[in-house]
Amino acid sequence: MSDTPQKTAAAPESTTTPAVPDPLDEAAVGAAVEQALAAIAAAATLEELKAARLAHTGEKSPLSLANRGIGGLSKEFKAAAGKLMGASRGRVAKALAARTEVLEAEDAARILVEETVDVTAAPRRRRAGARHPLSTLQDRVCDIFVGMGWEIAEGPELESEWFNFDALNFKPDHPAREMQDTFFVEPPEAHLLLRTHTSPVQVRSLLERELPVYVLCPGKVFRTDELDATHTPVFHQFEGLAIDKKLSMADLRGTLEHFARLMFGDEASIRLRPNYFPFTEPSAELDIWHPGAKGGPRWIEWGGCGMVNPNVLRAAGIDPDEYSGFAFGMGIERTLMFRNEVTDMHDMIEGDIRFSEHFGMEI
Amino acid sequence: MRIPLTWLREYAQVPAGATAEDVMTELVKVGFEEEAVHRPLDSISGPVVVGRVLSKEPEPQSNGKTINWCSVRVVPEGATQALEGDGIDPSGVQGIVCGAHNFEVGDKVVVTLPGAVLPGDFRISPRKTYGHVSAGMIASVRELGMGEEHDGILVLSTLGLDPEPGTDALELLGLRDEAAEINVTPDRGYVFSIRGAAREYAHATGTPFMDPASLVSVTPASGPGYPVRLEDQAPIYGLPGCDRFVARTVHGINAAAPTPTWMSSRLRLAGIRSISLPVDISNYVMLELGQPLHFYDADKLSGDIVVRRAAAGETLQTLDGKVRKLDTEDLLITDASGAIGVAGVMGGAATEVTPATTSVLIEAAHFEEVSIARSRRRHKLPSEASKRFERGVDWEVADEAAQRAVNLLVELAGGTEDTTATDVGTEPAPVTVFLPAGFASARIGIDFTPEQVVDSLTDLGAGVEEADGGWNVTAPSWRHDLATPEDLTEEVARLVGYDAIPATLPIAPPGRGYSRTQQQRRRAVQALADSGLTEILAYPFVSKAANDTFGVAEAGAPRGAVKLANPLSEEFGYLRTSVLPGLIDTAKRNHSRGFTDLALFESGLVFLPSGTFGTASIPPLGAKPSDDVLDALYDGIPYQPLTIGAVFTGRDTAAAPGHTPRAWDWADAIDAARLVADVTGVDLVVEQGSHQAFHPGRAAVLKLRSGEVVGHAGELHPRLLAEQHLPARTVAMEINASMVFDAAPDVIVARPISTFPVATQDVALVVPAEIPAAEVLATLREGAGELLEDVALFDEYHGKGIPEASKSLAFGLRFRAADRTLTADEASAARAAAVELAGERFGATQR
Repeated sequence: MSDTPQKTAAAPESTTTPAVPDPLDEAAVGAAVEQALAAIAAAATLEELKAARLAHTGEKSPLSLANRGIGGLSKEFKAAAGKLMGASRGRVAKALAARTEVLEAEDAARILVEETVDVTAAPRRRRAGARHPLSTLQDRVCDIFVGMGWEIAEGPELESEWFNFDALNFKPDHPAREMQDTFFVEPPEAHLLLRTHTSPVQVRSLLERELPVYVLCPGKVFRTDELDATHTPVFHQFEGLAIDKKLSMADLRGTLEHFARLMFGDEASIRLRPNYFPFTEPSAELDIWHPGAKGGPRWIEWGGCGMVNPNVLRAAGIDPDEYSGFAFGMGIERTLMFRNEVTDMHDMIEGDIRFSEHFGMEI
Repeated sequence: MRIPLTWLREYAQVPAGATAEDVMTELVKVGFEEEAVHRPLDSISGPVVVGRVLSKEPEPQSNGKTINWCSVRVVPEGATQALEGDGIDPSGVQGIVCGAHNFEVGDKVVVTLPGAVLPGDFRISPRKTYGHVSAGMIASVRELGMGEEHDGILVLSTLGLDPEPGTDALELLGLRDEAAEINVTPDRGYVFSIRGAAREYAHATGTPFMDPASLVSVTPASGPGYPVRLEDQAPIYGLPGCDRFVARTVHGINAAAPTPTWMSSRLRLAGIRSISLPVDISNYVMLELGQPLHFYDADKLSGDIVVRRAAAGETLQTLDGKVRKLDTEDLLITDASGAIGVAGVMGGAATEVTPATTSVLIEAAHFEEVSIARSRRRHKLPSEASKRFERGVDWEVADEAAQRAVNLLVELAGGTEDTTATDVGTEPAPVTVFLPAGFASARIGIDFTPEQVVDSLTDLGAGVEEADGGWNVTAPSWRHDLATPEDLTEEVARLVGYDAIPATLPIAPPGRGYSRTQQQRRRAVQALADSGLTEILAYPFVSKAANDTFGVAEAGAPRGAVKLANPLSEEFGYLRTSVLPGLIDTAKRNHSRGFTDLALFESGLVFLPSGTFGTASIPPLGAKPSDDVLDALYDGIPYQPLTIGAVFTGRDTAAAPGHTPRAWDWADAIDAARLVADVTGVDLVVEQGSHQAFHPGRAAVLKLRSGEVVGHAGELHPRLLAEQHLPARTVAMEINASMVFDAAPDVIVARPISTFPVATQDVALVVPAEIPAAEVLATLREGAGELLEDVALFDEYHGKGIPEASKSLAFGLRFRAADRTLTADEASAARAAAVELAGERFGATQR
């Protein structure tokens, strides 16, 4: 072994060249075998084992040389010597194989131990993105209604005054119209405004879709409120509209209760209180019994609803004697506030990445 | 509307122990949301008693102030003090140091004794001051929380009061009363009165209601009163601006007489400041009956009162001293001198009642709602009167209200009733609605009995007559909101109670799920978030400069933008034509909070007006417009495409053991735009572009295969980044997602997969530096023909061995045939053809 400068443990045998046993001398051959087995057993590494192998099974080893000596024997001794040498060399080969297996297994185990890393220090190689919780919540609301067979309807944010007000039965000079705190655009004669609610999509849906209509209209709406902890001039609503034959306020309550339970659990329920909206008659304020509310279950104002005013149906050319229906609307910001305990509106609109990243992809 | 409970109790049966909260709990059942509780006792508690000043010794102090050392009797003459406590003198006479001077020995004042607590958690206790022990305080109006206008000591005689010392001053001053404040929806103007609130309380509780109007007996007119003519020459919507004008006169009043405490304390709880007895009376009657009144100094009137529209150029100095230019639509009260008031909005200064007034002309009129609303808006004069007129006042109550005011002026101001009376106008026809039997039940989902329907409507004050198949219901004169069967249905449901409505779940017909566009949008937004970007939602209000910088039209000129008529801030007075300004502002905000490695995106509408903008008129409500009118409405709505933008600053990730972060660069911006296209199956063409907001050499224009421009991406212009204090190499993209989504393929046709062996060959081409790699690649694809399966750019090299102004592009070409194993010669021939075409086109040479 020309490439082994290591200190091999096979020292004692290698210093004095062992005598080559007579292939017929059972005792001498046996001693050589014992020497070989001892060296193999003593090898602590694969390197040492390799040295032992070369020393005891290599071409110049006593056993190999003895084996070679068989060829010089007379014919009648060859069989006995062959048998002796074969068995002897077999024992050594078997021991070598066994030891190799042991040492290789040890070696493999050692490498695995050496390769240990600190998994707790694993770097994040991929940036973790996040949805805005308002849009995640909006998706979740939509999923619930789509699951009920409803469709999602949308409309423009910059809207015609007719769709936003007149078609919804807001009389031109009625205080209700002014209470909407509308953003108008220049020039006023164009009668365009930023929609103050998602309700114009109701009329668009009735004009554009075939009856019966069951739609949910989510989206951005605008009011001239200054931003503070509970108000924002730009916010999101979702509005439901169902127009069919013989729908009643009981159907409205049933729909809202079903939705409330899917959003807030089986303990949730809803309460209706009389209110006024130009586009519904009767109208109601909607409270939800929120079982998970911070500080204990309680009623929370959630939105408005009612039976669609016949004038809204007429605006879409629908005969109110034949069809009736209901509508409801809630704020997504408000829902997020009491559902997820957001206490300051600023957090929702400022775009601080900590806000969205806390939610990640869920809500 | 704030409802003082003592007042409500006069007309409704409110239980003795009921609080403002209890009253609100009842009223919310019939549709009036609770707003607030106003209860003086929440911030003030006794002992607060009447005292008589026995002595008042001025004592000048070294600090220049003079204080008064007073002794004040706080128990009736001859009585002893029944109260006990620290600082309460058993003799019934308290020693008090007082810094104010506006009272005299003998005056009755309000004394807050030790143990009392005043608003602001001001606790009264005996204290040593100026060499005395001051055991209590002589209180001012402000200290008692009764108003801000008087700083001096409240001397009870100024209120016309002369109570016995020791009297409970809280009771005396009405401070033991409290008010419930409710939100009155715009359809129920009649509840802006104690009369209406008491009626609703009775509805909510099922208890009897006493109508305050029925308690007033109107004096039969002994003759015609002050001459009044109603001459509206330009009614709005054909409705006369004034359809009733009652005028009454009271002579010989003392306008300077004090307002009794019971009245001023109710007004105060109702949120109205006490001004003078005549003004207080007019406000009191308005609050009680809902009829706004106006008082004129009768001696300042000249000639007939005429109610008419303003003439062009006419002006009026209103009560607040301002001279107002009148509009020809303004309804005026005039006399021979000209305008003396804007009807229902504000009176004129010239005929105002003053402390010297002795004769008062009372106006109790009925004005049309729209006319008042417009004048109020035009002159920006919201008032208690206009609020009520806009929401509708009971036509019937005018003469009772006028009489009530007459009675109070006689009783409290010492006046004499003039028994002549003016009452002109025409009663509007009552509104009668046919309510079919079963209508309310069908709409509400409750099987109402006929009794429930009839009783509810009768309780409201409506006239109900049996008719064929239902009822003819005549709305009460104070209910202007009952005009349809639906309106009546709400009333029945409201009085029976919304809690009785059952829940049934209607089954929608099979839906079509999310539309294609909705799915595309959600996929794009989710993909961006999944790839590590954070979604933001910015306001769409931007400055003109921001729009001009980012909202670039195809030709490079700024896009037209929509200007807000009433922005919250003039600076951000436009609707965005790009989502990038909002993203950049948000990036800056995050930077200022210590977050510099950012990848932000927003998906939202931008507003791109072009062509028709709105409509000159809008159709009336309650009817479907014609197709032409509808088309015009649709056409007038500006284009508002869904736009997705992204901004990247800093590095992609945080440094960590075994991980080196990468700085975001221009390619990340392009990649984000590609992602939006990829997830919707759209092929996005990236070309060298230019956009003033971007680095001139690192901007891509993004196009559809059709050639339509859909966006831009790349590195933002260094100058812009410096101006915005954003780090160098900040990159961004913006893409019109609506156009991308529309370009998505309907059906993607499968390509057969060949299983024959592949032959790959590389080629390095030297081309002029300005030739875009994408064009060379496309040329190789074209030149190689149909055996080419794929080609990709894998390296770009400048420098040694490459001529100046040139670059070496290395491409990997993958050849495969559909039907056989290619020979090396076939692949080489195809490669050679590709190289040859590139040579023809760009002078490309093989390296």
